[in-house]
Amino acid sequence: MEKANYLSRVIFETIVLFLTWILLTESLATSELVFGLLIAVIISLGTANLFTEHGLAHLHPKRLFYLIIYIPYYIYQVIKANVQVVIIVLSPSLPIKPGIVKVKTNLKTDVGKLALANSITLTPGTITMEIEGEDVYVHWIKVDDESVEGATQSIVSPFEKFLKEIFQ
Amino acid sequence: MGINIIIGYILMFIGAFFFLASAIGLVRLPDLYTRMQAATKATTLGAISSILGIGLMKEEILVKSIILAVFIFLTAPISGSALIRASYKAKSPLTDKTVVDRLKEKEGETK
Repeated sequence: MEKANYLSRVIFETIVLFLTWILLTESLATSELVFGLLIAVIISLGTANLFTEHGLAHLHPKRLFYLIIYIPYYIYQVIKANVQVVIIVLSPSLPIKPGIVKVKTNLKTDVGKLALANSITLTPGTITMEIEGEDVYVHWIKVDDESVEGATQSIVSPFEKFLKEIFQ
Repeated sequence: MGINIIIGYILMFIGAFFFLASAIGLVRLPDLYTRMQAATKATTLGAISSILGIGLMKEEILVKSIILAVFIFLTAPISGSALIRASYKAKSPLTDKTVVDRLKEKEGETK
């Protein structure tokens, strides 16, 4: 994904802020909409360069499509993660085998890496500790595979195939 | 009693259960890192489930409760990562059961 120009960034941030405004006010009255749009534009003019690097490119139909598929998949993974941690915590023998493993990611953009780190933190017994270049350090409550390749296979790859389409 | 009330109660019960499990985890697990696992995971789903449950029971706050859930979803993992990284830098000890520590290997290289 290339870096976008200022105008595209402003329009993208305005759209995001305006949608959030509509959801928060839950009203379609003209005065509410006009005021919300005005505030959204003012904030966007000031903060667009901090808010996004790629602007309207985020709204490409293919990216939105993968994002919409990703959300239920992500929720499913989160529920699975919670159930597994609960099982570990409640079982009398406390079957933990913690460790810090290193995994590799192919994602290049900062937003993509952030999304990956968040996804890892919310899945079965893993928390991202550090990202440096393409290396991601992950605390894993039940280490199945100490090697870099094996850990990458089981921690990163379920998410990366989606995130690559969304953020690359 | 409408179906949304029943689902709301079920979601709130699930949320309370995850809070309980995460509290038990805090007591039972051996070191800070594994405790963080219990704390971040279980409270996230616990909080989201309770909030959505309340939203379902009172329709006028349903949209707001969904937005709240989304923001918890986006921000909770970040605080989890930041806390666990800070504790590692502060040299909080890992439990004896730890099998591998790649971060130590890396920091050994750079020194």
